[in-house]
Order: sequence, then structure tokens, then C-alpha cells
Amino acid sequence: MSQPYEVERWNTRARITVWAFVLGCAVLALAPLWGSPAFLSRSVVLFVYVLLAVTWNALAGYAGLMSVGQQAFFGLGAYFTIRLSDGGVPVFAAMAVAAGAVALVSVPISYVMLRLKAGEFAIGMWVLASLLHLLVNLDPLIQGETGISLLALNAFDPKTRMVVIYLFGLLSAVGVVAGMLLLLRSRFGAALQAIRDSEEAAGSIGVPVFRTKQLVFVFAALGAALAGALWLASTVSFQPKTYFGIQWMAYTVFMVIVGGIGTFEGALIGAVIFFVIETLLASFGLWYLILLGGTAVFFALAFPQGVWGYARNRHGWFLLPIGRTLITREKTTGAE
Amino acid sequence: MIDVVVQGVLLGGYYAILAAGLAFLYSVMGLFNLAHGSFAVLAAYFVVMLCDALGLDPFLAIALVVLALGVIGVVVERLVFEPSTRGGPLLSVLATFGLSVVLDNAMFQVFGANTRSLAPYIGDLSWASWELGDLYVGKLAVITLVAAVAVLGGLHLFLTHTGLGRAIRATAQDADTAGLVGIDPRRARTIAAAIAFMTIGLAGAALGMRATFTPYSGTPQLLFAFQAAVIGGSNSIWGTLIGGIVLGLSQTIGAEISTQGFFIAGNLVFFAVLFARLYGGSLRLPALILKRKV
Repeated sequence: MSQPYEVERWNTRARITVWAFVLGCAVLALAPLWGSPAFLSRSVVLFVYVLLAVTWNALAGYAGLMSVGQQAFFGLGAYFTIRLSDGGVPVFAAMAVAAGAVALVSVPISYVMLRLKAGEFAIGMWVLASLLHLLVNLDPLIQGETGISLLALNAFDPKTRMVVIYLFGLLSAVGVVAGMLLLLRSRFGAALQAIRDSEEAAGSIGVPVFRTKQLVFVFAALGAALAGALWLASTVSFQPKTYFGIQWMAYTVFMVIVGGIGTFEGALIGAVIFFVIETLLASFGLWYLILLGGTAVFFALAFPQGVWGYARNRHGWFLLPIGRTLITREKTTGAE
Repeated sequence: MIDVVVQGVLLGGYYAILAAGLAFLYSVMGLFNLAHGSFAVLAAYFVVMLCDALGLDPFLAIALVVLALGVIGVVVERLVFEPSTRGGPLLSVLATFGLSVVLDNAMFQVFGANTRSLAPYIGDLSWASWELGDLYVGKLAVITLVAAVAVLGGLHLFLTHTGLGRAIRATAQDADTAGLVGIDPRRARTIAAAIAFMTIGLAGAALGMRATFTPYSGTPQLLFAFQAAVIGGSNSIWGTLIGGIVLGLSQTIGAEISTQGFFIAGNLVFFAVLFARLYGGSLRLPALILKRKV
């Protein structure tokens, strides 16, 4: 028995996008052969933004968990790296293990935080970040706000070091983007988008709301922790105030809301937009932060779909097939 | 030990006055204003400016600033709260967070990095104390606690005994139905925002008088206010006062244990209360006397 429609989950444009993405990743993976050191180090900054934006978008845009406390996991990722490296773990392995450890730590945390609603969750996460900041300060190794450097990096010559950090960043960013795409295309993705549209309705038809949110929460913690470890590797010094600071959330919120919250492509576009703006305007100091905050307020109030959401709604664009498109067949006869 | 407890209770008075506006707005509009602390700091700067540049009497300056904050509340309600709540509670989180980023950094641009305080303008009030046996009780801290009780009591009476207060409660429960019975929900919300911001003005003045502040002091004030509001979480307006006192007590006791203990103990008590409430019953934030049905 055939039905008068079919469900499209894949099309030519998506195939082109995916191949372009794979090709782009391959070119970037070879960047140590053709890129200048400046290119590599700027790319690491972009990877940090991509990690933060993509995973926060999953959290806020898809699961409706508007956290303003992801700096908790960002700082913890860096701190665990320092601790593990101090304990004798090879430094680059320490970065990966630290991110995994933060993801584990986020599981028990999720049982408390995910019970909070909208604004309560937002500020609750901020409180959590401030608590973790204070606890990290207690560690004698960190010496309070003075901080410490990731000295193990000195064992490598600057070129090797840069290349490994770059490849770590590329792998993390591509991994998170690919992971997000696979998650969204899975059964879980359908559940997530149902929750985004209406939590009550999703729960009433049997979507496991809490488990789904928990998975996203851990995914976002992992992304922020990878970003923190990467930032530590590229800047070397660990000062708790810088890592647990709210400015990371200001950046992330800007990227996602401008790019298009709740759209897969939007977070990536937002990260690139922010990267460009930051490169051009960071020398303006605080005016630049005021501009970021003001733009975020403007987009939230007047243009909440963001750049990509606008393009998609207006032109029906999508680069990657996350949803299911219904194609109605030509009606040949009345009955078949 | 008694000294520590007394100091903790008095500190709680400040937190109660700080939390009043945050909890009030939440119960009336269902939104948490993430720029709450930043506005308190802005109010403190306004008072300093009036005292410093115009040489006004500090208490006249505070009265003017409280009125000014009321006006700012109306503007913020119309420009930010109202459009953002139409898009759901999540957009209001984003919008008020963005607003706090703008305010904090703008204050840094305008007022600079120096720490400021209202202490130089209020004479001996900043350090004077009453002596009760072996105990010294700061006059300012007592005045703040009394003011907190007055503000919370005033809000209580206003909401229960005036037509406007009933209109605000009706709007909070069901704006559409309130509209059907002749209440203007927009007007009710605007007045509620003005009142909440006036309490922020008072809290800012208290902040400036009891301590020093910088343009970035808004974040801790927001977190303290939130913690007090959540710890107090009951259906009574006095829950906010109790929450403030519990927070103040845990901080002063924590400070006795270690230098960082002040903040850590406050945070830990907050999470302990949260955990107990989540797994020992349902979480109820202070809905003041509004009894919001979940």
C-alpha cells in the first residue's frame, strides 16, 4: 500500500553541504601544512566560540534551558586540565580527560538544576558558576585569584604545541557539530524539537522530557569544558576570574541570538559573525561589550529568530536536513 | 557567637530589601529580571552623584533616586519586559541578561573603575552603633532591617488592602480574565514595575551606605537577591525576609570559619535548601501573598 506522500530526510542540497563540510574539514585538518602560526592561533579562538555557541544553542534553543552559567563548566574544564596535568597526566590527554570528567560531574548537577524553571534555572546556573569559582579558589595549587600556568606545555617547542592545540580544537569543534547533527537527526532530535515547541504536549505523548533535557545538559557541559580546556591551552595561564567570568555568557548569548536561536546553522553563523566582530572591534574595549549586550537585547526583543531564522523562514533555506520534509505525490487517480 | 548571629540577622535585612523587588516582579510577571543587581548599583551611583555634584542632603538624594528608579521601571517595563514576555519567559531572560551586560559596562565607562561609597556623605551613621551590654549593633544595619520590614509590610498592605493592589494580584493570576472585569492589565503591570524598581532604588542606597561598590557589583547583588528569594520561598511576603536572614546568617557564620567562607556558606545553604525543597516537596518561590497556582 503506498501513501500519497513521502517523507524526505535528505536531498541534493544537503548532500552538497555535507560534502562541502567534509572537504572543508579536510582542508582545515591540513592547515598546519599551509597555514601561518597566526592563522592557527586565531582558528583556535573560533573553535572555542563554535564549541560554546553550538552546545549552548542545543541547551537554550532546543531544550529551552536558558542557562547563563555555562562558565561553570568552562572554568571547570580548564581547572581539571590543570589538576590532571599537575598530577602527571600528559597535558593533551589531560585536556580530553578533563572535559570528560566535567561531563560526568554535570550528571549529578543536572538532577537539581533541571528541576528549576526558565528564569530560576538561568540564575541558578549563575549561582552554581559562582560557587564552583569559589571552590576552585580554595585549591592551594591555584593560589586564589593569582592563578597558575599550564607549565607542562613548556615541554613542547612552540610550533608542535600550536599544531597539536589547533588539531585538538578542530577535532573538538567538528566533533561537537557532527554530534549535534547526528543527535538532531536521531529519535532524540525529534523528541528535543517537540520539547522546544511545547514541553507539556511532548510529555503528554510520551516523550521522555527529563532524560532528553539531561542528555542536552551533559552535552552542553562537555562542549563548554572542551572550550575551557582549549582556551587554557592557547592562553596558558589559568586565572579563575577570567574563566568563571560572565563575559563568556555574554559572547555566547550574542552568537546564538544573532545567528538564530534554535536553528542548527544559526549557532555556527553566529559564531563566525562574532569572531569577525571581535577581530574588528575588540580594541574598542568596553564599548564593544556594550554593543554586544545592546545587540543581544535588540535581537531578543525585535528579531528573535536571528539572521538564519529569518533567512530560513523567508526563503525556506536549510543547509542540513534536520527535520522531515513532507513531499506530496502527484495524485494520479482517486484511489490506488 | 551571639554577635555573629546578630550581625547575620542585620545583614539579612539588607538582603531582604534587595530581594523584595526581584521576588515582587517574579510573582507579578513571572519573569526574573537579570539586570536587577545592575539597577541597584545604578541607583547607588545616582545617590553618590546627587550628593557629590549637587551637594544634596543624602536622604533627600535617596528619596529622589527612589522616584527616579520608579520612572526607570516604567520605561523598562514598556521597552523590555512587556515585549519580551510576549515572546515567552525565555526571551525575557535573554533580554534582561543583555541589559545587565550593557548597564555594567556602561557604568564602568561613565563612572570608572574606582570603588565608591555613600559613607562619606552620611556622617557618623556609617560606623555609629548602639551598645547593648557587650554587643555593638550598627545603627545603619538596624535602620536597614527596619526599612526592609517596612517595605515588605508596605507591599503586603498595598497588595491586600488597596484596589490597585488587588488589580495587580488579579493580573498576576490571569491577565485576560482581569481584563474582562475591567482591570487594565498593562496599567497594573506598569505600576508593579514602578514599585519593584523603587525598592531597587532603596536597596541601591542601602548598598552604597553599608559598603563600597564598583560598576561590576551588580552580579553579586543579583545572586544574593535570588538566593534570598529562593531560600525564603513560601507563600508569605515575610518569606523574603526570612530568606534574607537565613542567607545573612549563613554568610556571617561561614566568614567565621574561613575568609572565603562568607560566600561559600551562602551558596551552599542556597543549594541545600534548593535540594531539600526539590526532593522533599515541591519548589515554591516566594509568591508573596499571590498564591500562584502552578
